[in-house]
Amino acid sequence: MLSRVADSIYWMQRYRERAENIARLIDVNLFLNIDAPGDERQQWHPSVVTTGDYDLFEKLYGKPTEANVLQFLTFDVRNPNSILNCVSLSRENARSIRETITSEMWHEINLLYLHVKDAAAAPKKALKHPFEFYAHIRRSCQLFTGIMDTTLSHDEVWHFGRLGNLLERADQSSRILDAKYYILLPSVEHVGSPYDDILWAALLKSVSGLEMYRRSWHEIRHSHVVDFIILHRDFPRSVHSCLRRAEDSLRVLGGTCGADASDTVSHDPLRLVQKMCGELEETNVYDIVKFGLHEFLDQIQTKISEISQSMYHAYLSPYPKNSRSALAAEVVRAGQEQS
Amino acid sequence: MEQSIFKNYKPQGFYDEYFDGEASPRPAAKSLVDALSGLPASELLNRQAAAEKSFLNSGITFTVGDGQGGALDRIFPFDIIPRLVEQSEWTRLEKGLKQRIRALNEFLKDIYGDQQILKDRVIPSDIVLSGKHYRKECVGFYPPQGIWCHVTGTDLVRHADGSYYVLEDNLRCPSGVSYVLENRAVVKKAFPTFFKNYAIEPVESYPEELLAALRFIAPQGRAHPRVVVLTPGVHNSAYFEHSFLAQRMGAELVEGRDLLVENGYVHMKTTRGLERVDVIYRRVDDVFLDPSVFRKDSTLGVAGLMEVYRAGRVAIANAPGTGIADDKVVYKFVPEMIRYYLSEEPILKNVPTYLCYYDKERDYVLDHLEELVVKPANEAGGYGMLIGPASTEAERKKFAALIKKSPRDYLAQPTLALSRVPTLVGKHCEGRHVDLRPYIVYGRNIYVMPGGLTRVALKRGSLVVNSSQGGGSKDTWVVRRQEAS
Repeated sequence: MLSRVADSIYWMQRYRERAENIARLIDVNLFLNIDAPGDERQQWHPSVVTTGDYDLFEKLYGKPTEANVLQFLTFDVRNPNSILNCVSLSRENARSIRETITSEMWHEINLLYLHVKDAAAAPKKALKHPFEFYAHIRRSCQLFTGIMDTTLSHDEVWHFGRLGNLLERADQSSRILDAKYYILLPSVEHVGSPYDDILWAALLKSVSGLEMYRRSWHEIRHSHVVDFIILHRDFPRSVHSCLRRAEDSLRVLGGTCGADASDTVSHDPLRLVQKMCGELEETNVYDIVKFGLHEFLDQIQTKISEISQSMYHAYLSPYPKNSRSALAAEVVRAGQEQS
Repeated sequence: MEQSIFKNYKPQGFYDEYFDGEASPRPAAKSLVDALSGLPASELLNRQAAAEKSFLNSGITFTVGDGQGGALDRIFPFDIIPRLVEQSEWTRLEKGLKQRIRALNEFLKDIYGDQQILKDRVIPSDIVLSGKHYRKECVGFYPPQGIWCHVTGTDLVRHADGSYYVLEDNLRCPSGVSYVLENRAVVKKAFPTFFKNYAIEPVESYPEELLAALRFIAPQGRAHPRVVVLTPGVHNSAYFEHSFLAQRMGAELVEGRDLLVENGYVHMKTTRGLERVDVIYRRVDDVFLDPSVFRKDSTLGVAGLMEVYRAGRVAIANAPGTGIADDKVVYKFVPEMIRYYLSEEPILKNVPTYLCYYDKERDYVLDHLEELVVKPANEAGGYGMLIGPASTEAERKKFAALIKKSPRDYLAQPTLALSRVPTLVGKHCEGRHVDLRPYIVYGRNIYVMPGGLTRVALKRGSLVVNSSQGGGSKDTWVVRRQEAS
């Protein structure tokens, strides 16, 4: 397959997964706020921290309120990680490989794009029923991935898409844990209070993991939550499980186009992901707490980014890549077809 | 009970594709008119809205600038009432188109070869050699299988006299064929029973015909030639069509930056290294194809492509250089080409054309600007034209100056009364002017897609069918004449 196509399907799925996670996060937070004591700022602050854009948010809006956080995370085009931007970018990547993905996939991502774009034009109307709105986004994202799994051959193309999906999900799960844990930790002293349970349950719900967690651990303990979200081998949104499946895909993709042969070790994505899985295998939650959760999660995010970089080197970079925007002007100039 | 959409419908002196001068349905249209009359207008409007929604949701759109450097996706306006072409009429058109394409291909072989037609003074040589799309870089080249124009879109119009004329030949990168296929798919869903009851010629095999023609020109000895579609990229207005055709052919859609010339061959950059490319169906203009030969600043093409092409190690469709045959001045000579190369009489008529290149004809044009349509020789999309009867004094002055400045580049034709087809306007139908662009694929044989793209000027009274200027499209049905049932 074309290197450019591999790049596009990878990013199509990364952005799509990112949009899904933001929608999930907002949905849970809205629900949580229904019976939450405390001030609004404290409730919405971590959601913005999670996406890593707090500085930008503060510059644009100042103090977080429900309304401005929703606007920022959902519709604001100035926020590179708003749902609107993520969905647009995912769809734009899909559009550039429309001949490679199936029509059903294209149709679904286009529908999602139209849905979010229309909502952005009238945000008040869209957020009148916020649970429906965010559930719609989440379902459409899930439907898209389901369509991909059931209509696209599970060949190289699919594996690149899956890698985008899994690496983004691992990254997002680590971010959600990081942000929420940081806020929740002070209250750990009064473990066992009903409200505390609700908060930890909400964190698990943000990764759709509460029910699966209960099957593993029954009672909510913060160390178990950390264990579950980072180290669980099989829960589909845990960091470890995402990386294990990414490893499978990278093994299938096998050899690279080899132009970086002199530098294969540091640039071999399979080795990097294998190493990371091995480390997680050997780690237990007490090591993590001792090391410092935030530092540990930071490392995870850095390593995921290294894997992504190494994929770029392995499969895409031997060839110089022109920037899209520089091309655009010329394309418009050359666009005089016989229409 | 709602009224028929055809109540009070009047041909108003134009040739109408559905009704004769007495407003009675023509034989081929009779049963369709009956069926449509039986449907409440609201039902038709629902189906029209569903069709438009489906175009939008499936992203069947073209891209236009938003005037601020960005781009907007628009659906190609569409009218659900089909255009009809009667089968026996179509058979004649098809024969005429094949004849025309054969002659044009001979012309291209000749002018990049011995230039016999110029030596015999059938066409003034300076007209050809000064053409904007004449490529001296292609002189002496003989393309694979001797084919230059693999894909052609020929614009036909029907005049008030009821006969078809060729308006222009598009031999470079004619676009629109994807809309024919998508329109058909949408109309089939809107009127499923019609397709059961009528014998409507299918159009769906176009991508396969195209792929076969592209494989036919692959370099010798390639058991599984790799065919790619070369697009300028997502920002191009016809990008949807490029990806559509690639998908329907199962071919790779590539941009210039995906290709590379190495060791005398064209390759594409894949995740597993370089892979050889054998045939390029390019939707990029000649001048952008190879920066080492044509425009130096082009990043849409591939450096070194022309050298590989000339060595016969890659095929390009349409062949670079074909554009000279769709120069609107050269157009005037196509009937002569048919006689010259094929020793046949042209089946399809040209529109009478005055070339400003000739003193006498130029004087005539300058004296009759008010009644003529003046066209530049090499613009696409209906730009840069003067429509005499609708023009202002100032516009005519401007064109007179343009003509005097570069007479080679202008021609004029009488204003044609394009035929009309009923088109939904509110809850009833009004006549709207149409043209017809059939697509012709030249491979082992010549294939003409039955029907083609009907473009319709949606504005009342307008004669401009281009999508960039308020035009839309209709599905085109080649149908057998219906016996009274």
